[in-house]
Amino acid sequence: MTVRASIVGGSGYTGGELLRLLLGHPGVEVAQVTSRALATQPVHRSHPNLRGHTELAFVNPQEMAPCDVLFLCMPHGKAAGDIGRWMELAPLVIDLSADFRLNDGERYQRWYGETHPNPGALAEAVYGLPEVSRQRLPGSRLVSGVGCNATAMTLALLPLARAGLIRRAICDVKVGSSEAGAEPSAGSHHPVRARTARTYSASGHRHLGEVAQSLGDLDVDATVTAIDMVRGVLCTTHVEPTRPVEMKELWKLYRGAYADEPFVRLVADRSGPNRFPDPRVLVGSNHADVGFAVDERSGRIIALCAIDNLVKGAAGSAVQSMNVALGRNETEGLWFPGLHPA
Amino acid sequence: MSTATIEAVCPECDAAVRFDRSPLNGQVARCADCGAELEVTSLSPLTLELAPEVEEDWGE
Repeated sequence: MTVRASIVGGSGYTGGELLRLLLGHPGVEVAQVTSRALATQPVHRSHPNLRGHTELAFVNPQEMAPCDVLFLCMPHGKAAGDIGRWMELAPLVIDLSADFRLNDGERYQRWYGETHPNPGALAEAVYGLPEVSRQRLPGSRLVSGVGCNATAMTLALLPLARAGLIRRAICDVKVGSSEAGAEPSAGSHHPVRARTARTYSASGHRHLGEVAQSLGDLDVDATVTAIDMVRGVLCTTHVEPTRPVEMKELWKLYRGAYADEPFVRLVADRSGPNRFPDPRVLVGSNHADVGFAVDERSGRIIALCAIDNLVKGAAGSAVQSMNVALGRNETEGLWFPGLHPA
Repeated sequence: MSTATIEAVCPECDAAVRFDRSPLNGQVARCADCGAELEVTSLSPLTLELAPEVEEDWGE
């Protein structure tokens, strides 16, 4: 059965990536894409890579018609207030913003510093990272998006957290410029952003709220640095373990955790130039490459994860969640391996 | 005619390392999971040991 999907707020980078994935999905027909500012203009005006792949033009949000799946790609805080209206339009709503990622109002207040406008809906929303919440997705009506940095941190640490191995973890997260979105800012101005290695969050990044929710309230912090890359996240986590471990045990833990995960690949080679995850080879891909090592001198575990922030860290996980929620093949429309060289 | 696959265990990551024909002492193989270069050090029992690896070095 073909799913009719629409996108609210489709002119940004996440909306464009979602549209690209849905246009290539064999079981989806894209019905409508909204943009207030660009209504009536062809979608390739914002997403030039889609020229020739669709005749769609942006429509005003007021013209939105009922559909099977409604994706919301609006700025932070916009979806929460109107979620009732959107849920009347479709039996499944997937909101890619941060509005429904945390499952209770107190946690939201703690990490976002404001009261959630619709706390009652938080408990209904399912966190849209299937590797964490697959069992809750089928039949759900409201699915959240994921934070890109949170996705990389969570997937790097999930097997260690489940095994009770994390005493303390520090995530060193390097990110590309597309994380900042399509709206320009002082930090995204080309002379500032190009060739940079600029730490913009030394500790307490708000995505840690999602990580804590997924892994349990462990001692995890992060330092986030903007580097000269357009797409991609590389999370390198330094873990003080609760007991000594060897590489063999890490292989067993990570294999066990991810053996049935179609998009997680283990990258921990002993030799060669591609020994550990590298976001460069994941451009356009929904894969998450996860690696690990142990420092034999100190016992420290190094856990890594690389993703494309716009795909596995946003639109790809949303489509993957849709596939799971609707009981479809989880990999439909998402089985692109990335590019090399890129 | 079928050929039985011979298996050994990677000493680095515990993955199965398969040989299509009987390995020879001193033969070098590579683990498909962790990429470790391995040397056959015993045939009975079939035993693999890590071969020395060259670290990436930029001359810093």
